[in-house]
Amino acid sequence: MIIDHPLLGPRDAAEFVYLGDACLIDRPDPGDENAARLFHDYLHIRDNPAGEHRELWFHEHGDRSWLVVTRNTLTHEIVRVELARDVALARGRDR
Amino acid sequence: MRYSVLQILKEGLTGNRGWKPVWREPDPKQHYDIVIVGGGGHGMATAYYLASVHGLTDIAVLEKGWIGCGNVGRNTTIIRSNYLLPGNEPFYELSMKLWEGLEQDINYNAMVSQRGLINLFHTDPQRDAAVRRGNAMLLAGAGAVLLDREALRRKCPFLDFDNERFPIKGGLWQPRGGTVRHDAVVWGYARGADRRGVDVIQNCEVTGFDIRNGVCRGVETTRGAIGANKVAVCVAGSSGQVMGLAGLRLPIESHVLQACVTEGLKPAIPGVITFGAGHFYVSQSDKGGLVFGGDIDGYNTYAQRGNLPTVEDVCEGGMALMPMIGRARVLRMWGGVVDMSMDGSPFIDRTPVEGLFFSGGWCYGGFKAVPAGGYCLAHLMATGAPHRVAEAMRLDRFMTGAVIDEKGMGAQANLH
Repeated sequence: MIIDHPLLGPRDAAEFVYLGDACLIDRPDPGDENAARLFHDYLHIRDNPAGEHRELWFHEHGDRSWLVVTRNTLTHEIVRVELARDVALARGRDR
Repeated sequence: MRYSVLQILKEGLTGNRGWKPVWREPDPKQHYDIVIVGGGGHGMATAYYLASVHGLTDIAVLEKGWIGCGNVGRNTTIIRSNYLLPGNEPFYELSMKLWEGLEQDINYNAMVSQRGLINLFHTDPQRDAAVRRGNAMLLAGAGAVLLDREALRRKCPFLDFDNERFPIKGGLWQPRGGTVRHDAVVWGYARGADRRGVDVIQNCEVTGFDIRNGVCRGVETTRGAIGANKVAVCVAGSSGQVMGLAGLRLPIESHVLQACVTEGLKPAIPGVITFGAGHFYVSQSDKGGLVFGGDIDGYNTYAQRGNLPTVEDVCEGGMALMPMIGRARVLRMWGGVVDMSMDGSPFIDRTPVEGLFFSGGWCYGGFKAVPAGGYCLAHLMATGAPHRVAEAMRLDRFMTGAVIDEKGMGAQANLH
């Protein structure tokens, strides 16, 4: 698989480390009254879709940036690559 | 028809015209006592043990494709019971005992071959870990032998003992481990279940569940609705998709595991050997091909194929361990989609939907677990209580904290 890095251009996926579903950006609020259940779901429960999947890749053998890659889990086709920082800021996180 | 040497002689002398199809091909009925979704190893074993142990025969097994087309025909055929944790080891040892009596039980030649399995170690801390694991195996009755360098050299002289980076210090040997003809297992279970009255229904995909007031009353399929008092889902690899139809989200990601086989060679490798410094394991099939594999690719996928960097990594491990295989040519490689659970251990449990049972999360080790997985799920469905050796394999264990983290990796599926 080739990941088209927004800053570095096309890079071999072997340069990256995979973390998982990009929902990991949305960390629950530890002060929530349901925090135990929310963190259980956040850590362990996955949608695991067959089709488009937004996921976190870390460019370990490169510029050490985190990316959000939208990839089809049935075909391995990559349709979109974003910097995870931009995604997190757009979702209201402060960094 | 019961298979025996006499039957082979008789058929051989009469032109082999008396053999019958191994199972019937019935149309689905409107209602069954039990419907099992998934005609792979675990689903078929569950049906077989429900019929043979518990006497329940009003059962249908629904298979989307054909019997043997899924992971039961895509694995590397290894059986072993060399686990460490108390939540796992007695379960896999039950599976090993069932493997040992399987062919007589189902009257089918599954070519169970207990040719032994050796996990190598390369450092002193790894030796300590192997001793600890061996002791856990001895406690569970699985048997284990610690081989030092010289004993290992007598068994496997071809290993690169003096590799500069990963010298081989010895191995933990499970003499009862080995290999089994994988598709014969599911065919044998299907035949055994069919002979007891179970309907094996192929080309029948489940497209939904009939759930009313939190109770599962049947399934919708491409061949019509089928009612049931109890439904079991045994579709590891696609668990997230099928259980999603019932509105459930799981602590599971789907990943691909690749394997390769070389051209046929003369007997060279005595049993199953696993590298302790990288991820590589190898055995030699009865046809002579070296069957080997390693890590999962590591990203979510439902494609039954992986990518070449993983193959390269596996082959590098093989070359570091036994340089002689560098001359062998790879004939085929393939991939299977596996349920990777968040602690690397499986689930055999009820679900929040009454009457709906689940077996899944088998990670890359579901084949060896087929007999015990079927036996324990059948026990749970027939008696209402989990089998003693599968009590820890609960679906809610991440909420209760009673995880079975065999590798100590934490909640990241692709690291197990």
